[in-house]
Amino acid sequence: MEKSLKFRSGIRPSRVAEAIIYVAVIFAALLCLLPLLNVLAISLNSKDTADRVFLIPKDFSLQSYEIMLGRAQLYNSLWISVKRVVLSIVISTPVTVLMAYPLSRKSSEYPTRKIYVAIVVFCMIFNGGLVPGIILVKVWLKLTNTIWALVLPMAVPVYNVILVMNYFRGLPKEVEEAARIDGATAVQVLFRVVIPMSTPVIATVVMFVFVNSWNEWFNGLIFMDDVNRYPFQTYLQSTIKAPDIKSMVDLQNYALVSDKTIKCAQIIIGMIPMIIAFPFANKYFASGVTLGAVKG
Amino acid sequence: MKTKSGGGFRNYVKKGFLAYDLMFLPGLILLIIFSIIPMYGIIIAFQDYIPSKGVFGSELNGLYNLTELFARKEIWRVIFNTFFISFLKIVLGFPIPIIFSLLLNEVRLQGLKKGVQTIVYLPNFISWVIMSGIVLDMFSTNGGVINNLLGLFNVPPQHFLDDENYFVFVIVITDMWKGFGWGSVIYLASIASIDVSLYEAAVIDGAKRFKQTVHVTLPGMMSIIIMSAVLNLGNVLNAGFDQIYNLQNDLVLRTSEIIDTFSYKLYKNEYAWSQSTMIGLMKSVVSAVFIVSGWKLASKLTDYSVF
Repeated sequence: MEKSLKFRSGIRPSRVAEAIIYVAVIFAALLCLLPLLNVLAISLNSKDTADRVFLIPKDFSLQSYEIMLGRAQLYNSLWISVKRVVLSIVISTPVTVLMAYPLSRKSSEYPTRKIYVAIVVFCMIFNGGLVPGIILVKVWLKLTNTIWALVLPMAVPVYNVILVMNYFRGLPKEVEEAARIDGATAVQVLFRVVIPMSTPVIATVVMFVFVNSWNEWFNGLIFMDDVNRYPFQTYLQSTIKAPDIKSMVDLQNYALVSDKTIKCAQIIIGMIPMIIAFPFANKYFASGVTLGAVKG
Repeated sequence: MKTKSGGGFRNYVKKGFLAYDLMFLPGLILLIIFSIIPMYGIIIAFQDYIPSKGVFGSELNGLYNLTELFARKEIWRVIFNTFFISFLKIVLGFPIPIIFSLLLNEVRLQGLKKGVQTIVYLPNFISWVIMSGIVLDMFSTNGGVINNLLGLFNVPPQHFLDDENYFVFVIVITDMWKGFGWGSVIYLASIASIDVSLYEAAVIDGAKRFKQTVHVTLPGMMSIIIMSAVLNLGNVLNAGFDQIYNLQNDLVLRTSEIIDTFSYKLYKNEYAWSQSTMIGLMKSVVSAVFIVSGWKLASKLTDYSVF
């Protein structure tokens, strides 16, 4: 790899071409970064000049945050989201790994695999749809307003199962075979040989489950009848999209905020957990995803 | 010691098959409950579903829901919007990650490369709920960044979010914006796996950098490009519920109502549960055909197989 870098840099593109490439790449990065910084600046600004703020607050004010952080529902919904994420990771990750291992066997060696593949494929292709899902969760399983309605319907992300399956297949066969010959059972092979070699892909799955369960809002909207049971994203959705009635009250009591600055503060608070988790996520995502998806 | 030809079950256990079955079981149960049992819902599409009577108490009414659905004046528009928006997203969004990964590959400052990569991946991991908050703010007529920028060129504020033609454009652009960075991951990986000796040979043949990109890098990515192109077929009916539902308003419904938002509103606002299920079922069946065609094409054109 090092050789290739030196080698490729041996012939340089023209200065102009190189400059254009750098400008384009940096422009792309700014395109992703500046809107977020703009929202941050607005959230830290008082209402009068908020419309003219770009990246630096003109009249610094923390009142929007004061209002947001004074709302009980914020903490309520955050707590529900935290519980949801933890339960999802604890349930989904082992289930995914345990499903992926039998699927990573060869059909010729383990004939039942064909049936399991058929079931998984069926679930990838078809879904019952909105209303049947609602009836199942709310009427039949009676999970309305419970945390399980937010966790269980998403507990088997088939995409993750395939990712882990492909990763397992890419592992060297010899180690597993040697362990089997030494008398290790299938379970021992999985836990003592395969899983220790699979940290990147398992970390990737944990991060995917974290991101998906943190970001998911629609199930919160349809499965929770009580707004106090909304997870964080559903709560955000209910205040960002519609004019926020609570804000109307706050606007009268606080001099420096507008609906706009409050919403921006909300957006920033909503992004914080993801921004904190992101560097950890990023470390594993690329390697885990590519190893699972691109063979060879 | 038992020999291999011992009892069938004992053999099954010894080979680890029973252990495999037990490993698969928890996931299987969850799949059956949450993915397979809801298939009963197909019945709802063909009955006059009344919630208090339940699925087994409501009466079948044949294709009545289908005719009711297609008697609605907006239905063809909704179907058109779904195909149109997802088509634009797929066609316009497809080349951007490829071009971006080729550009990024030419950046030799490793620090800059890593930094840019991290930043462009970020939007993908932020929910559409939050992103739509940002988009609504960016495109708004009261101090939105886009209109402020246009103002510098003396362009009057444009109602991007309330104009039905601009709105589709906003949907497609912001989708590309959110997804291009993460979309490039798979291409960057395939570039990294290209054999270095191919570049060496190209240099010996006198290829400059641009020629190397055209004759070595691009061909090296081709199987991945083809694969993602055909797998996109599975998305032709996914115009993006999360994004559109959170951005749209009553002024832009004509061009932005898609099957998913329509189906949800039938359920939510009109309590037309059976019609909502019917259109969902139709979407599911058509999607299935596209998904499977995508897989078939992918395994025919490249050596990709899902399983």
